[in-house]
Amino acid sequence: MGSVLKIILQRLALGFLTLLIVSVVIFTAVNLLPGDFAQSILGQGATPEAVASIRADLGLDQPPVTRYFQWLGGALQGDLGTSFAQANFASFTGTDSGATTVAQQIAPRFQNTMFLAMVTAAIAVPFAITLGILAALYRNTVFDRATNIFTLTSISSPEFFLAYILILFLAVLNPIFPSLSNIFEGMPFSERLEKSMLPALTLTLVVTAHMMRMTRAAIINLLASPYIEMARLKGLSPMRVIVKHALPNALAPIINVIALNLAYLITGVVVVEVVFVYPGIGQLFVDSVKIRDIPIVQACCLIFATAFILLNLTADIMSILSNPRLRHPK
Amino acid sequence: MILWIVATLLGMGALAWGFRFAGQAATSNGPKFRDMPFGVAYGYVLGTGILLWLIWAYTQGRSADTAIANKFFFLRIAIEGFILFSIAAWLFRILGRSVGTVWSKKMFRSMPLTASFGIMTILIYAFLAIFAGVIAPYGQEEVILGAAANIVPGGDPALGGDPDFYFGTDQIGRDILSRLIYGAQNTVGIAFATTLLAFFLGGTLGFLAATLGGWLDQLLSRLVDVLMAIPSLIFALLLMTIASVWAPQLGIPLTVFMVLIIAVIDSTRVYRLARAVGQSIVVMDYIEAAKLRGEGLGYLVFKEILPNATAPLLAEFGLRFCFVFLTIAALSFLGVGIQPPLADWGTMVRDLGGFVNFAQFAPLAATAPLLAAGAIALLTVAVNFVVDWMLHKSSGLKE
Repeated sequence: MGSVLKIILQRLALGFLTLLIVSVVIFTAVNLLPGDFAQSILGQGATPEAVASIRADLGLDQPPVTRYFQWLGGALQGDLGTSFAQANFASFTGTDSGATTVAQQIAPRFQNTMFLAMVTAAIAVPFAITLGILAALYRNTVFDRATNIFTLTSISSPEFFLAYILILFLAVLNPIFPSLSNIFEGMPFSERLEKSMLPALTLTLVVTAHMMRMTRAAIINLLASPYIEMARLKGLSPMRVIVKHALPNALAPIINVIALNLAYLITGVVVVEVVFVYPGIGQLFVDSVKIRDIPIVQACCLIFATAFILLNLTADIMSILSNPRLRHPK
Repeated sequence: MILWIVATLLGMGALAWGFRFAGQAATSNGPKFRDMPFGVAYGYVLGTGILLWLIWAYTQGRSADTAIANKFFFLRIAIEGFILFSIAAWLFRILGRSVGTVWSKKMFRSMPLTASFGIMTILIYAFLAIFAGVIAPYGQEEVILGAAANIVPGGDPALGGDPDFYFGTDQIGRDILSRLIYGAQNTVGIAFATTLLAFFLGGTLGFLAATLGGWLDQLLSRLVDVLMAIPSLIFALLLMTIASVWAPQLGIPLTVFMVLIIAVIDSTRVYRLARAVGQSIVVMDYIEAAKLRGEGLGYLVFKEILPNATAPLLAEFGLRFCFVFLTIAALSFLGVGIQPPLADWGTMVRDLGGFVNFAQFAPLAATAPLLAAGAIALLTVAVNFVVDWMLHKSSGLKE
């Protein structure tokens, strides 16, 4: 057990290091911008004194290394800075009216995005695994081929195409779900679920394909092994052979691919949120990109990267834990 | 609603049982029905049910009542499109089997229908992209004088169409058909160039790392690890924000920056593959022999390693192309990709997207954004079908 702990700690340290370097990359990228915030907020007729005073207020006159550590230190404490778009002179003079800090803007949207991701995962994971098991059970039949073509099509279509197709059939032609997800705080759970159903279904279509194909491949890979043959010779039904004997041994790659797809969800969420005007972090990110609200862009990037790294790390650790050969390396 | 679904599922189960029982009785317990698992019987019933429903929906789409016909219009188009494309792919395969060299004939003989559909579609797109200027009836930026804006596709004057503009016009009166054709040139061309650049970068560095090893390998690999730790679309959006400030100052079009940014981000994935493939080739005896002959680094990489790494790299090229293409489409859809006035499918979907909401009353109007989005989907699906077939063929996975 000691060696497992050591490996996991190593991975965690590595993940933390990656995160640190990623934050440096993000910070450097943002600092490549010409000019600075003080100039852009004051416009062309700015006096040098005014520029200098705002710079001093925001700490922009410090050298980049100092600013990086200030930003990082703030980010670790949940203080991600002040949003440029919401910033006004009131917020600098201390008479702050509310949602001007990045953290205040991001927090509710982050919850919404997590909600969407969880709904998607709750639908997609059981669906993909069932489909994968069925495809492995009835491999090389019409069912298998149809599933294969369907999943290949849905994985290679752009997200907005799937989104519009779903809007067309499930919101416009047959009004089952609303096509706009206007979610607000204090909404009852069932209504919230209903409103986020279409984005969740779109994301489900996007991530199911990969998970289903991986489940199928992992199970079929095992079917040639001797213990499966033994189970078959005992006279077990094909369903029982797959669910009881093949599936537990195929769990490692399946869990891995699920975690990777959840990581993919984080990226895919951006386009889908824009289509459905879902008030999540992806929407905020794209809006801030358009108006160049750098602190928010920076913070969103950091959050996305953190989630991405964490999920990849989870996949890594899970596959170590579920595989005895990796658990006891020679 | 949920009760209905459960009832349907149970009803189909009963039907499946009845179907198997009837089969057993009719064939006097023949082996096909005697050994049929319940799941297979269920599958038969499910398949028949779906087929019958599709036929019913198709007749509904053809019905005289416009309210009902509108509702099933898109299903009708989808079914017609599916059948048309299947027939076209089938004819194309027959053509490929009878015309061409021995090698191509042999290739077409063992080809599934999906792959022949893919090759056919890719050829059509390539043709459109190369000859866009000749085929397109109007220019891509041309606001046509005398033509109204937002003409509905379909070319039927009674429904708000215009036979001169079969696919309609967009919100400022440009011909959608011309823009779709030019979109093939711009979107596909830019994606292709980006993928080539990514392969040049990633492939060269990957092979170099594999051949030289040592600190260069370590440095490049760690760099790639860091770049891969940021989700690619997010990173691309971040860099595009910065590029959009720099582009006007430097006087370089934003599209050039986009090509460079996506190429660099995607070259990390190519690097990984090229390095892995290269490492397994570097240890071969013929590389040793070439080294002993005193060949230089360039000869080793381009004459010894590259030819032996072509097969996996080609399959990867197809997948990378899809990925780059989708990234560019997504960026354009979000408004930071290919810039107007260049015609581009992602931008077209964003501009025309609102028309989807009119589908119930004017289904033709709703087709406008779906045409552009469908053009993207069709190409990526086609490439994926071909890549899937190539991988299947080369890996020899039969089971």
